[in-house]
Amino acid sequence: MVEFSLWDILRNLLLAARWTVVLSLIAFIGGSALGLSLLLARLAQWPGAERSARIFVELFQGTPLLMQLFLCYFGLALLGLEVSAWASASLALTLYSASFLTEIWRGCVNAIPRGQWEAGASLALSLGEQLRHVIGPQALRIAIAPTVGFLVQVIKGTALASVIGFIELTKAGAMIANATFQPFLVYGCVALLYFALCYPISAWSRSLERRLARRS
Amino acid sequence: MITLDFLAVLHDWPLLAQGVATTVALTVVSATLGISLGIACAWARVNTSGVLRVIVGSYVELIRNTPFIVQLFFIFFGLPSIGIKLTPEGASVLAMVINMGAYAAEIVRAGLEATPRGQIEAGQSLALRPLEIFVHIVLPPALARVWPAISGQVVIVMLGSAVCGQIATHELSYFANLIQSRNFRAFEAYIIATLLYLGLAFILRALLGAAGRRWLRVS
Repeated sequence: MVEFSLWDILRNLLLAARWTVVLSLIAFIGGSALGLSLLLARLAQWPGAERSARIFVELFQGTPLLMQLFLCYFGLALLGLEVSAWASASLALTLYSASFLTEIWRGCVNAIPRGQWEAGASLALSLGEQLRHVIGPQALRIAIAPTVGFLVQVIKGTALASVIGFIELTKAGAMIANATFQPFLVYGCVALLYFALCYPISAWSRSLERRLARRS
Repeated sequence: MITLDFLAVLHDWPLLAQGVATTVALTVVSATLGISLGIACAWARVNTSGVLRVIVGSYVELIRNTPFIVQLFFIFFGLPSIGIKLTPEGASVLAMVINMGAYAAEIVRAGLEATPRGQIEAGQSLALRPLEIFVHIVLPPALARVWPAISGQVVIVMLGSAVCGQIATHELSYFANLIQSRNFRAFEAYIIATLLYLGLAFILRALLGAAGRRWLRVS
């Protein structure tokens, strides 16, 4: 029988953790782009934008991420596309992230007093100029802490991609646990690796929040 | 040409109903126990110092910074090797309670810390014991302050319970998976399960909102 040392287990988990990081970044960047587009469409008051954005947010925040992953996985196949775990996990997590980020950022924009918009308008700034020079910088300041905090949610969310066969930290943990018959040790290590990934980001988000609270 | 056949899935409605019932039961039990655990932990974080405070703080941070599915797998697959064997349902409830407890602890703590000092002093001047002051004076308004956040967390835990199907807990997503493995209508089965979750989330939010207004006088 092959013996697995703790180092063998940790090394393989660390290798798989790369894909957790990559998938998190894809979801976070894709989600930011989509979330920002939705926010801008709402602010520009495009016809139907407000309503579709609200339905989109309701749908993705009111259903389990696991179901969203399954639907992307089987839905893409139904459309005749070649499905990989990569494509469906990236798509589902991007949509999921966008639904949260667009709401977080809308809250930040709404927190800016109306007078600021009016001041911008009275200087004959266009909507784009008001956003870029007046509203954007102020909203960005309050948006950083909750956005960083949401990154932790995204990283934890990627663990569910293991269910559709995406080999990241959790899936690798399951495979190694089955091979070594040491589930206690392996899942313990998996949990600690997630903690090592997420805790610094949580702590950073909290310190940003405190700094902001002190300043205002 | 894409053809969808929802009737093939709806034909198995007794299974879906059983799944919904289990999901609701899991949520009710773990939300109740989890919120109680959260209140106890929040109390410990605000009112004690030393070892207990450190233990509770580590528990909250450890749970909040790891994925629920890993917590569930650790409990269901990991604990038997140190002699703690649980049924899928037992492991699911335990994982959900531990998870809810950690988030509720942070939320309730924020509510407790906003308590005006004078209210506690008023309780002391009436010769109430510390526990009485906490239960009757500090806790109700603290819960009322953070009730929207607690409600949101309960909905998140309910949606998260979909993962419990992965250890063969017979809840909604488990049956959706079972149905699609029988009739190969995967997309339809998951669409219907997803809509059921959406409905459950909607009802749960409404009920929690009503409960807050009724018992905690949340405005």
